[in-house]
Amino acid sequence: MDILSTSLVDWSRAQFALTAMYHWLFVPLTLGLGIIMSIMESVYVVKKDEKWKKIAKFWMMLFGINFAVGVATGLILEFEFGTNWSNYSWFVGDIFGAPLAIEGIVAFFLEATFISIMYFGWDKVSKRFHLASTWLTVFGATISAYWILVANGWMQNPTGMTFNPDTVRNEMNDFWAVAFNPLSVNKFFHTVLSGWVVGGLFVVGVSAYLMLRAKRLANTEETQDFARKSMWIGAIFGLVATILVCLTGDTSSENVAKYQPMKLAAMEGLYEGKAGAELIGFGIVNPSKQSYNDSVKPVICKVAFPKMLSWLSFGSMDAYVPGIRNIIDGGYTTPDGGTAVSFEDKVAHGKEANEALKNYRIAKKNGDIQEMAKQRAIMDAHFKYFGYSYLENPEQTIPNVPLTFYSFHLMVALGGLFIIVFAVVLWMLYRKKMKPSKWLYLLVFCIPLGYIAGQAGWIVAEVGRQPWTIQDLLPVQAAVSKLDVSSVQTTFWIFASLFTILLAAELTIMVKQIKKGF
Amino acid sequence: MTYIFLQQYWWLIVSLLGAILVSLFFVQGGQSVILSLSKKEEDRVKLIGLLGSKWEITFTTLVTFGGAFFASFPLFYSTSFGGAYWAWMLLLLCFVLQAVSYEFQKKKGNLFGSTTYRVFLMINGLLAPILVGVVVGTFFTGANFTVSKEQIYDLSNPIISVWNSPWHGLEALWSSPLNLLLGAVVLFLSRVLAMLYILNRAKNKDFDDAVAKKMKKRLWIYSVLFVFHFLLFLYDLLTMSGYAVNPSTSEIFIEPYKYFHNFLQMPAVSAILLVGVVLVLYGCLRTLFSKKFGSGIWFAGSGAILAVLSLLLVAGWNNTAYYPSLTDPQSSLTIFNSSSSYFTLNTMFYVSLLVPFVIAYIAYTWKVLARKETK
Repeated sequence: MDILSTSLVDWSRAQFALTAMYHWLFVPLTLGLGIIMSIMESVYVVKKDEKWKKIAKFWMMLFGINFAVGVATGLILEFEFGTNWSNYSWFVGDIFGAPLAIEGIVAFFLEATFISIMYFGWDKVSKRFHLASTWLTVFGATISAYWILVANGWMQNPTGMTFNPDTVRNEMNDFWAVAFNPLSVNKFFHTVLSGWVVGGLFVVGVSAYLMLRAKRLANTEETQDFARKSMWIGAIFGLVATILVCLTGDTSSENVAKYQPMKLAAMEGLYEGKAGAELIGFGIVNPSKQSYNDSVKPVICKVAFPKMLSWLSFGSMDAYVPGIRNIIDGGYTTPDGGTAVSFEDKVAHGKEANEALKNYRIAKKNGDIQEMAKQRAIMDAHFKYFGYSYLENPEQTIPNVPLTFYSFHLMVALGGLFIIVFAVVLWMLYRKKMKPSKWLYLLVFCIPLGYIAGQAGWIVAEVGRQPWTIQDLLPVQAAVSKLDVSSVQTTFWIFASLFTILLAAELTIMVKQIKKGF
Repeated sequence: MTYIFLQQYWWLIVSLLGAILVSLFFVQGGQSVILSLSKKEEDRVKLIGLLGSKWEITFTTLVTFGGAFFASFPLFYSTSFGGAYWAWMLLLLCFVLQAVSYEFQKKKGNLFGSTTYRVFLMINGLLAPILVGVVVGTFFTGANFTVSKEQIYDLSNPIISVWNSPWHGLEALWSSPLNLLLGAVVLFLSRVLAMLYILNRAKNKDFDDAVAKKMKKRLWIYSVLFVFHFLLFLYDLLTMSGYAVNPSTSEIFIEPYKYFHNFLQMPAVSAILLVGVVLVLYGCLRTLFSKKFGSGIWFAGSGAILAVLSLLLVAGWNNTAYYPSLTDPQSSLTIFNSSSSYFTLNTMFYVSLLVPFVIAYIAYTWKVLARKETK
């Protein structure tokens, strides 16, 4: 049992989470600021106004500082699939590896090549070539995000594959189903747009700070002017992005309801399903709730919107949304008209599939073709719940409810706040009321909030899908590498220290550069 | 296209990416001499600037190499990365140091001062080539692991690939001299390529004569060290036994002089090795003996790609186990038992057709960046 010890699985999860969360501190700014600085350079090329070149170069410099650590953490993340999740790498590597390889060939080289022109090519190439290079760098970063999110989306809604008992793994049979998995496509837009929101908040916040600091700089007037110009672009961009994030979030909830009902139930702290389910706007998860089937109220002090969860999830105010207990007990009618399978039955199916796989391979060794066909048919019939064979009790299928619940509601609340912030900034700019005042510090304060919203979103996505690395097919304890816990603990602390030091270095460098102004 | 063709093709692609990665290690070689290049700060800054516009391609090649290996031979990815944990982690850590150092070393507020980041670059410049060499060495010398797909239905312990050494990959450093020898070969090759690159830039007036003279002296030393270690490695390789696979039964057995036989049975690969070595030597010798010649890096760089490619091809082609298991020979990985499905390899084949296009735009942008004056 050592291999499946909670300790090893938990430390492996912690290490991956640590790397992913650090990575996601740097990537959103790359995606968002990248587009903003490209717009600024485009204005420079179109207007032939040197001011815009100076503005674009300032933001590019900040982009570069941020970019480096994102690259470093991304490298670790890619290889951790192999180092810490070796069984996963084999079980679905036939499908999962392809997006990573495409990401490298199509996106990374584009990004890595043209970023050199972006930084070193100002005096060596024409304006238009330079502008194209800047856009290509950002385009490379964005399509890189697409392919990694294709991989991530596929884990949450595995499609376009079949299990091959001869190789004991899942194999791709429809590339387009993998590449355009509806969950992945939506995830791409929702995630990238959230990066754009971070970019918008960053530009608005830093511009606000520079407006305040302008009087201490030699070029006071110029700084005020450049900061205002930047703020215009940042705020328009941020507002549009935040509205689009909300729209894609709506589609995202439909996908979660359809493919990952347990995650949806955890997001809302919904234990008992009902038709016309309410959407909680604010609430406190009851710490007294100990079990999924006790009678303790799951959420206290809540403010809720009647029937909205049903509407957001299934497009109907009266639709039935299953709760955690219902998903475990089964028996309710699913949106496609079927009857939900209980946890116990899923485990039974999973074990049937596992046993049939074993018998198939024995039959193959014995050259018994008839028996192979028979066992294959049994395995195929039950394979949908293969991963349940590794689970022992229903509690294992419930993600961390408080963490998922609070992260979801924090993310939504911050999204609402950002719309207000961007709208107010635009209104003040339009009315020419944006002047240095202490209130501008609020905009600086909003910068970390953008990151918090992004991290919260990822916590919902990843914690909410536990225990699955591949939905219903492979739980974390069957996906992990067989390592000493101490090895993973050691690398965890090495990475934690290293990433923290790098983050601190990045922040101090960035603050110094920002203080210098344009 | 047949499945076997695609398996061979993808081994070729992965080998090519590996070979390109090694030839791009001139960046690592350059990093390792930043502090000793010159006493003048402007020379050091110049070198960092020159390498700074190239390092990302090396880095990206590493990432793509990993991605392509994952996509085409996932069993290697799961077995080696999950098993030789510490070897890969060390390699990754030294690349993390590289990723931030170029950007951070010149910036105020970097917490540790410019020298620290330059030392980081030096650490990457030394460790990365050695570790890559040592890890690739295990493609020939093997490692202690087992692969048992039957394990998947052991519900309490379903892990397929298991590493049998508590050192998790670090044992490659002492388990076979060939591993270390290959580490030394890659290190000195990276140094040779770096010297040739710096001399090339000196011809373009990026460095003065004093630097060029110093680098030429070092080129002598590193060339001799490289050739010495390479010949030792080649001797070891050609005389050692290897793990062969019977294509009709999939049985794996030990074959004396396996790699020597591979070279004999694949004359095209032998020719690639020969041309590669000749190009490396030509690049070095002509640079050493000619005062005007500054293009040695192009010859030696191309030669390095060909030589490394040929070595990786003999590791996996001609019914050879490219990752021998010392614990259980039947667990050894071959391009047949570790590859992705026909569908995936075939799909990825079309993606790989983009590679020449990628190489073309990289070459073009490098050429553009090499221009000194604005048009």
